[in-house]
Amino acid sequence: MTQRNRLQGGLIDRSKTISFRFDDRWMKGHPGDTLASALLANGVRLMGRSFKYHRPRGPLSAGSEEPNAIVALRTGARQEPNTRATTAELFDGLTAQSQNRWPSLAFDALSINDRLSSFFAAGFYYKTFMWPAAFWEKLYEPMIRRAAGLGALSLQPDPDSYDKGYLHCDVLIIGAGPAGLAAALTAGEAGLRVILADEDPLPGGRLNAERLEMGQQASHAWAAETTAWLAAMPNVRLMMRTTVTGAFDHGVYGALERVSDHLPVPPEGKPRQILWRIYSARAILAAGATERPIVFENNDRPGIMLAGALRAYANRWAATPAKEIAVFTNNDDGHRTASDLAAKGVTVAAVIDTRTDAPKSARYEVVAGGTVTGTSGRLGLKRIEVTDARGQSRRIDCGALGVSGGWNPNVSLTCHQRGRPEWDANIHAFVPGGTLPEGMVVAGAAEGAFSTHAALHAGARVAAAIAADLGKTPPSPDLPQAEDAPVSLTPFWHVAGTTRAWVDQQNDVTAKDIRLAHQENFTSVEHLKRYTTLGMATDQGKTSNMAGLAIMAEVAGKSIPEVGTTMFRPPYTPTAIGAFAGRSRGTEFRPVRKTPSHVWAAEQGATFVEVGMWLRAQWFARPGESHWRETVNREVLQTRNSVGICDVTTLGKIDVQGSDAAAFMNMMYCNGFAKLPVGKTRYGLMLREDGIAMDDGTAARFAEDHYVVTTTTANAVPVYRHMEFVRQCLFPDMDVQLISTTEAWAQFAVAGPNSRKLLQKIVDADHDISNEAFPFMACAEITVCGGLRARLFRISFSGEMAFEIAVPTRYGDALMRRMMAAGEEFGVVPYGTEALGVMRIEKGHAAGNELNGTITALNLGMGRMVSKKKDAIGSKLSEREGLNEEDALKLVGFKPVDAQDTVPAGAHLMTRGTPVDAAHDQGYVTSACYSPNLGHHIGIGFLKSGDARMGEVLRLVSPLTGVDHEVEVVSPHFIDPEGDRLRA
Amino acid sequence: MLIDHPLLGPRDAAEFVYKGDAALIHRPDGAAEGALEAFIDYGYLRDNPAGTHRELWFHEQGDRSWLVVTRDTVTHEISRVELARDVARREGRSK
Amino acid sequence: MRYSGFRVIKEALTGHRGWGPAWRDAAPQDAYDYVIIGGGGHGLATAYYLAKEFGQARIAVLEKGWIGGGNVGRNTTIIRSNYMLDGNEPFYEFSLKLWEGLEQDLNYNAMVSQRGILNLIHSDAQRDAFIRRGNAMILNGADAELLSTEQVMARYPFLNVNDARFPIKGGLAQHRGGTVRHDAVAWGYARAADQRGVDIIQNCEVTGFRIERGRCTGVETTRGVIDAGKVAACVAGASSRLMEKAGMRLPIESHVLQAFVSEGLKPVLPGVITFGAGHFYCSQSDKGGLVFGGDIDGYNSYAQRGNLPVVEDVCEGGMAIFPMLGRARLLRMWGGLMDMSMDGSPIIDRTHIDGLYFNGGWCYGGFKATPASGFAYAHLLATDRPHPTATAYRFDRFAKGRMIDEKGMGNQPNLH
Repeated sequence: MTQRNRLQGGLIDRSKTISFRFDDRWMKGHPGDTLASALLANGVRLMGRSFKYHRPRGPLSAGSEEPNAIVALRTGARQEPNTRATTAELFDGLTAQSQNRWPSLAFDALSINDRLSSFFAAGFYYKTFMWPAAFWEKLYEPMIRRAAGLGALSLQPDPDSYDKGYLHCDVLIIGAGPAGLAAALTAGEAGLRVILADEDPLPGGRLNAERLEMGQQASHAWAAETTAWLAAMPNVRLMMRTTVTGAFDHGVYGALERVSDHLPVPPEGKPRQILWRIYSARAILAAGATERPIVFENNDRPGIMLAGALRAYANRWAATPAKEIAVFTNNDDGHRTASDLAAKGVTVAAVIDTRTDAPKSARYEVVAGGTVTGTSGRLGLKRIEVTDARGQSRRIDCGALGVSGGWNPNVSLTCHQRGRPEWDANIHAFVPGGTLPEGMVVAGAAEGAFSTHAALHAGARVAAAIAADLGKTPPSPDLPQAEDAPVSLTPFWHVAGTTRAWVDQQNDVTAKDIRLAHQENFTSVEHLKRYTTLGMATDQGKTSNMAGLAIMAEVAGKSIPEVGTTMFRPPYTPTAIGAFAGRSRGTEFRPVRKTPSHVWAAEQGATFVEVGMWLRAQWFARPGESHWRETVNREVLQTRNSVGICDVTTLGKIDVQGSDAAAFMNMMYCNGFAKLPVGKTRYGLMLREDGIAMDDGTAARFAEDHYVVTTTTANAVPVYRHMEFVRQCLFPDMDVQLISTTEAWAQFAVAGPNSRKLLQKIVDADHDISNEAFPFMACAEITVCGGLRARLFRISFSGEMAFEIAVPTRYGDALMRRMMAAGEEFGVVPYGTEALGVMRIEKGHAAGNELNGTITALNLGMGRMVSKKKDAIGSKLSEREGLNEEDALKLVGFKPVDAQDTVPAGAHLMTRGTPVDAAHDQGYVTSACYSPNLGHHIGIGFLKSGDARMGEVLRLVSPLTGVDHEVEVVSPHFIDPEGDRLRA
Repeated sequence: MLIDHPLLGPRDAAEFVYKGDAALIHRPDGAAEGALEAFIDYGYLRDNPAGTHRELWFHEQGDRSWLVVTRDTVTHEISRVELARDVARREGRSK
Repeated sequence: MRYSGFRVIKEALTGHRGWGPAWRDAAPQDAYDYVIIGGGGHGLATAYYLAKEFGQARIAVLEKGWIGGGNVGRNTTIIRSNYMLDGNEPFYEFSLKLWEGLEQDLNYNAMVSQRGILNLIHSDAQRDAFIRRGNAMILNGADAELLSTEQVMARYPFLNVNDARFPIKGGLAQHRGGTVRHDAVAWGYARAADQRGVDIIQNCEVTGFRIERGRCTGVETTRGVIDAGKVAACVAGASSRLMEKAGMRLPIESHVLQAFVSEGLKPVLPGVITFGAGHFYCSQSDKGGLVFGGDIDGYNSYAQRGNLPVVEDVCEGGMAIFPMLGRARLLRMWGGLMDMSMDGSPIIDRTHIDGLYFNGGWCYGGFKATPASGFAYAHLLATDRPHPTATAYRFDRFAKGRMIDEKGMGNQPNLH
């Protein structure tokens, strides 16, 4: 197959020929081609099928506004659905498949929908598929869903990586057309830090698509020369293949750089794309304009495209959809297309100009005051029907038709902070209006200045103003002479009386659909959009919204701005989800925090579990242990019988120091802390201001002006934040300082009857840790292992005689090893979070499952801890009646009546003999385990009036997991309720 | 968004944690007469203006300052940033 | 005019000339028995049930813009009743039952699709909490099923289990949950209410309340004064702005919640799925777009738009569980205004001003509540007693310490 529609010239690299495949056909193209230009050059116009009616479609545009030529690029895990052929750069070996067709693009079974289109008018599905009711989910919806969507995902993990980056600049220039280049030149020469970004690989914008002179050179040559000049400036960063996708608050812009999409696969070590967050003091929007079509009967056949696109394919890519073309226009720009194509040797069959005073031409026929009233050609345009000013119709053969209804400034980014465009009656288009994003100015075609001359000067002018504003001396760059044609356009939106005339080509919204929406009172622009799906396709209505508005205005008898305005939301063009996620995927979704003994634990073959960001040892299985519970039982029993060690570094630690530390602590905790003696530790319950328990833990007093607070693992960060709030915002004159030392100290619980003996081998001899010198709840700053500073606390979560010992984090691993060696004679075991949990449930200590954000001190059985003598955070609001009900929930223990039964967490409790329903719910089990010490399952949880129901037998139900049996209410302190072991 | 930290200069808002209306500085005195009513109002009712809003942000991934940021809730424009501690003192909070 | 398949065929064959307006554009009258402020889903549903279930007449719905322009047209279309607390679960289950009969009731196909919702479980503690919740659902007459990891994988085979940072340990499913075509809910209620004589008045903004001696007698609007027997505020997202005109401060902050849709894709997701170790939930619409979202931006805002950090956070969550989404493209992002209440639950109650009623505080969960909210509000308006499923949604629950706090986050709205 030859490139039969390849023209002369163009900006493609003809020195190289590359191969690509579309569906089953291999073809040739050149570097510089897009997939669409190469297909056109090869005589292919049919590139896709529309969404609803499966109409055959070819490219409408030559850029990112493309609604029709949407393909699946690449294969396998890299398959990329819904990719615009008009922006996909051609590379050797590229493969693409057409979408939304079966069995083939040329013959698509679902094009039957097109024949039935009168049944599928806008909103038809709201009016039917309701009977019988069950059929919607069984029949109708599955049918609809089978037809849904355009492209298909590979369903395989994306094999490529994505990066994120952050850039800062004085001015971000969006668009490297004439306005953007002139602005960059000016700002760059003024010494500003400039970023110039454009979605195209080739800077120049329309300068590359036109046959224009600038000064003494071709416009594309000027663009190339200017770009080279800019590239040499150290303060200018050129970012091609970079789409500025969104304008966010305070001058933050999102931008997507397609690093490797023009290559078969990303180079080793390179990402596929980079999501940049650009922080800019100012921004210049120089995004140009998008041509808009005119709506007429059967205006969607492959070969019918925007006139400017036809011209761009010819000038830049040396490609044409056909050797014989026509143009349908309401403005002078359409004539430029005709003359450019004629200059390339393409036959211009006619220019149909809606204006009766259309300019004449010696090179082609002009049908002044004419319209296109019909087309034919099933899979590609063959001829058009033209009706002239006198109403005479005739047919003209052509394989392509360029359509120009004028140009719309690309206002998208001005709308991202909900600025609304305004109607400019001079150019019959919406221009940026209202409030622009902070720091943004608009220049060139994007603000409606369409000539090259105007764009150059606008770009230079706004950049100079910004430079002056930022304290730089603006230069006056040497701008070339360029065309300065005025806009000459007579508005003409659609050919009257049309029915099957396509407004939104991807979503198959017709002029008739818009009229129907109006008839049914969906007249507001938002209703129109939502009812007909106009503008909801992957192009966000860039080529369709205006015509839709114009038709609605006509049927409503209003002006276009009275009907509404076009609005755009980020992103400017659809952006890969992978790019927004960047490297945060897989195991790197979130950082991992490891405890100081992690390496040691891994050496022991520990099983780890995620606890927030932390990885903690869950248990330490030994050879021969066949089930995790066997391991956990051993760890629990050995700890209770001798000694066990657990890394508890993850608990939050907050140092509180200052002469007002005691007053501060008294405010933070609902129970008193001011009178805690130095060298003692106390259990503290911290409430939120609303009276609900926020966290619990111990706080140790090391000096009159020094406390060390511990928090639960989960609340380390929120508690610290809360304490800083109280310190800085509520009591700014308190002399107290806080610092989080969670990561500074490695901390281990050493628990069990032999814990003291073990620690005596670790703690330096001059520190007496006997029960007399260092009783339960004592704390001290000590040294271990011959002089290493450490903190020792006589506290117990397990209910055994226990200590927590802390050393600077870098010694944590060494201390663990030293303690394990020292404990060998006692048969010391390391224990993980599972055994920790079992022991705390056996002891009836509350933890995360109990502190669920709805529980008060009263519920925990600690109502009397809330001091009435002092003002503390949460004490007042905890007095409310709803938090002090007669039958308030109380923390209790449960044991099964039949010792074989479990007491699963999450089960609910019912009084025996009452119905099992929510109205009779008595409470729920929060934590449960098998107790190896008791030999049966136990649980703790909340029960209405629980403290008064000891010994009552309740029905425990978990319909979700099929549990229904009896449990007895018992004290939550299953082990050593008197606390003798603690104090041993 | 960017928050112009009075000590550190402009920082991305993602470094901060938001709390709410800066009126939360004015915690009632728990020992005063009618304190419960005052706490219910303090704890649960908000002006929630569409427009200028003084609000508390915590520089959690920074210097741990609580800031009072004056921000327009319609445009997100920030007109003033102060250390909450300075504001609290100025508005009569002490120990 | 009744909608039916027959009618669709008949109109197709006669050029669709017979379709009339889905609802009339009414001009305001001088006085109504009921003036409902807010032409969103809840306001329109309230009007419909007032007329249909409670036999009331002379009802107007005032909408400052176009109906359905607020959160009913900006959400991620999910319906479910997987709540835990007694104050909530019966209400949301009532709502789900109303959804199940909605289309026949309204004669409008809102595409109620009970494709199921699945909350993934990633830790033992989370499983405990979900079991408690699932049991509460069943005890309240709703459906719930605890799924194993294998059962989860059978439904969503491309979930990431190979290198997941937070492993998937099962899920809590509610098979009767699902999605509804959101705009159609507003239009369906509007059409059905209109057919029962309700005046739907667009482009009519309330600028003030007429309050005389502690009684609200009407509203001032951009289209004149309208007298009313009862005035019903129903403008979640902008509740504080409206009620300020009546001198009220609310237990509510306005926050922005972003939502996202991808380009149209061939079906991959059978139902609604939520990630339990990050902020991401997703479903796929009948058109093929992946509709997804995450957490609120977290600061007070009336801007109806958000910022990049949340966009990135949501997509990170998506990629964490569905690494096959990398090459799917995000097509559009938008923001809605949430009435974030102090305990994460709504308010349907009288105010201290006679004749003035309030419905709001829906946080980001208002869409699924639309039918029950309308029904319960109509009940309150017509009878001056709360509907049995909505007795807890009172203003004074904060003063009395009877918060309905599903997440247990306390009086900080942005954490709910």
